[in-house]
Amino acid sequence: MSQQLSINGVTHTVDVDDDTPLLWVLRDVIGLTGTKFGCGIALCGACTVHIDGVPRRSCITSVRSVANASIRTIEALETTPVGRSLQKAWLDLEVVQCGYCQSGQLMSAAALLAGNATPSDEDIDTVMSGNVCRCGTYGRIRAAIKQAAAEIHQSAPEGTR
Amino acid sequence: MSGTPSHALSRRSFLVSATATAGGLLIGFRVPLARGQSADAALEPNAFVRIDRAGAIRVTLPYVEMGQGAYTAQAQLLAEELEVEIGQLTLEHAPPNEALYSHPVFGDQITGGSAGLRGAWEPLRQAGATARTLLTQAAARRWRVSPSSCSAERGEIVHASSGRRIRYSELVDAAARLPVPKNVALKSPAQFRIVGKPVNRVDTPDKVNGKAKFGIDALPAGVKFAAVAACPVFGGQVGTIDDTAAKSIRGVRQIVRLEDAVAVIADHTWAARKGLAALKVTWNEGANANVDTQALVAECNAALDRPGVTATTHGDVKAAEAQAASFYDADFRLPMLAHLAMEPINCTVHMRKDSCEIWVGCQRLALARRMAAEASGLPIEQITVHNHLLGGGFGRRLEADYVAQAVRIARHVDGPVKVIWSREEDVQHDFFRYHNHSRVRVGLDANDAPISFSHKIVGPAVMARWLPAFFQNNVDLDIISVAAGTYAWPNVHVEYVRVEPPRGLNVGNWRGVGASRNAFVVESAIDDLAKLAGKDPLTYRRELLAKSPRLLHVLNKVAELAQWGTPLGAGRGRGIALLDDFGSYVAQIAEVTVSRSGQVRVDRVFCVVDCGFAVNPDIVKAQLEGGIIYGVSAVLHGRITVAKGRIQQGNFDDCPVLRMHDSPLIEVHVVPSLEAPGGVGEPGTAAVFPAVTNAIFAATGKRLLDLPIDTTQLRNLP
Repeated sequence: MSQQLSINGVTHTVDVDDDTPLLWVLRDVIGLTGTKFGCGIALCGACTVHIDGVPRRSCITSVRSVANASIRTIEALETTPVGRSLQKAWLDLEVVQCGYCQSGQLMSAAALLAGNATPSDEDIDTVMSGNVCRCGTYGRIRAAIKQAAAEIHQSAPEGTR
Repeated sequence: MSGTPSHALSRRSFLVSATATAGGLLIGFRVPLARGQSADAALEPNAFVRIDRAGAIRVTLPYVEMGQGAYTAQAQLLAEELEVEIGQLTLEHAPPNEALYSHPVFGDQITGGSAGLRGAWEPLRQAGATARTLLTQAAARRWRVSPSSCSAERGEIVHASSGRRIRYSELVDAAARLPVPKNVALKSPAQFRIVGKPVNRVDTPDKVNGKAKFGIDALPAGVKFAAVAACPVFGGQVGTIDDTAAKSIRGVRQIVRLEDAVAVIADHTWAARKGLAALKVTWNEGANANVDTQALVAECNAALDRPGVTATTHGDVKAAEAQAASFYDADFRLPMLAHLAMEPINCTVHMRKDSCEIWVGCQRLALARRMAAEASGLPIEQITVHNHLLGGGFGRRLEADYVAQAVRIARHVDGPVKVIWSREEDVQHDFFRYHNHSRVRVGLDANDAPISFSHKIVGPAVMARWLPAFFQNNVDLDIISVAAGTYAWPNVHVEYVRVEPPRGLNVGNWRGVGASRNAFVVESAIDDLAKLAGKDPLTYRRELLAKSPRLLHVLNKVAELAQWGTPLGAGRGRGIALLDDFGSYVAQIAEVTVSRSGQVRVDRVFCVVDCGFAVNPDIVKAQLEGGIIYGVSAVLHGRITVAKGRIQQGNFDDCPVLRMHDSPLIEVHVVPSLEAPGGVGEPGTAAVFPAVTNAIFAATGKRLLDLPIDTTQLRNLP
């Protein structure tokens, strides 16, 4: 069936069965390949996207369930201040190795910081433990999230902190 | 520097010495000058660098990027000698070409063995220096001055005394007409301004915004998508197929039958996967239908009792054993392991009547091309391979089976097809690290000092298939790597009993290779020997390393970092491990906590590395950090098992790996050094196995001889 999806602020019309996971629509149908396939059953977090601001594993999220939602992917991360701070911290601390899992890591981290401006180590672990990295960049990810949080906090106008 | 012959024979030691001494091994370093005289005149003095009239400096990178920082390090080497900024370079993946891009020691186009940087170290600096020398000569001619009065700076040749400057792009035509110099002077480390610095990685900006292209991201126009299932019993074949239901799935275009696998081709991956699920296949399971792990382990156990081929011998172990007052005996058993790179195996192929185009990320590109030629039936010249970033390699992508399979599928498909394995397919049809058993016997004198060391190794000869030059006199040179460590044993004997898995069960290289098995064996034994001698594990090691200054230095440094000897709480312990391989020296201390229920948490790992000259110290650290995490996942959880000829695991639920919350804190110290660079991708992984089990030994008194660790053995221990 034909369906409209709002992805990074752009409306796309796709013609797929409505049980099709968003992951494959993004990657194979629309050509947004920044969102990655890792496990297919929501165990690794590589496919994480934001659905109305909430982090979701796109490999088990049917297109039917997101028909009226605002979908944001890694390709739009740089459009938000939190996203830009995270990208900068990721590069400042040289978090990335192979990089395959990092789209998902960044999307999980962005959702974390959007809801919790000053996460503790425990908060970070709780959210980020859904994202597997086989290159072992966890320590640097944690440090980069903290750096981004500090930067966002510093740059926020008085009264909004 | 080691007293043991096994070290002299070890593959990585060989790499270092050959690389250091044998310029003649640098296969294809120079390309014919004619290549630089093409219509779009450019300076192209070798296969690595090309400068055109517009000023673009294109660098071809022979070692692939799989997260290890290879592109950055190679760019550093070239930019340093070419006297440009890294940002002035346009970096390109090398195409498959054994003549131009083979590793000087492996003799094939391979990124692996922690050897890429060692392979690049001389050739890429020479490539840059050659181009810079030609440009300098061209400028000197134009100005009628001596080349020695000119210098190169950030893409320009400068004549300091007259203040004249000219851009490289303006010298390209003249420089291309000059003969390529045979010998060029390389800068000394004191002159380095880019090499040796923690410069920013070149591959990462596009990895934080979704733009980086991995093999799985290739989308040639009109591409279709394939889901594939190989016979679940390794070595088996397709029997019957009923595709009625599969063909009725919307988006499914075609069913392809191979001898050993079926594939469903569709408009997108989900339709292909649904089609595959709906496909009714019977399999001819073949000879392995009843193979199970118990039988494979039993075969390796039995092989421990058979005499092996002598791999190394030094002194007279038999005579020493006849004099021994007592013996230390231990058998070690290591499991099968899968790789689980984050990017599942995939390959995209467009097969045409007279050509075959491939998009993939592969550690062994020329092999991929050769296998594609064979699978396609086309001459090798008709095969084009576009390499991509790799979403992790870890040794899995040193194989090219998936390229051959994708080509065989693509032969049936009109237009390009992208084959993506499910995670389960990726795990179950891996080229596993195979079972590997070891038997150690150490003869001790009346004071419990070692007088002989013998080590029998049982396992497959991966090199016999994968790199036959490293299978010599019936010995796999990888599986015996560091088999006696670097300790000053007076008499050493290492022997090898070859045991191959059943045909169809594929085995290959796994991060840390031979060292990831033998470091565990040797460092476990040393820890036990220290205990027998009533000595502290640090002191005991120091005594046996008196003639190994670099290893001794990293050992002392890590002991200082980890505050060895300071008290830890109940259920906690520290373990040391050393490794001298890949041209690098590594010492680690792991700190663990063992709960009353036997659960192990690796709290911290300290690591000191002397990898010679560190081309990019931050990447060195990152490699050690990542290698340690990879190894801790395996020591705690890594085990692949077989039942009825099928691999029993398939995804991150039954192949647990470390996640952020259970990862150790890691502190890496890089020893400053001007020695030749060593490899850093694998030592972190190899050394952490025994660091963890030695820490468990310190915490509980329990020596774990089998991996992964069995928590039931650790319950209710002191």
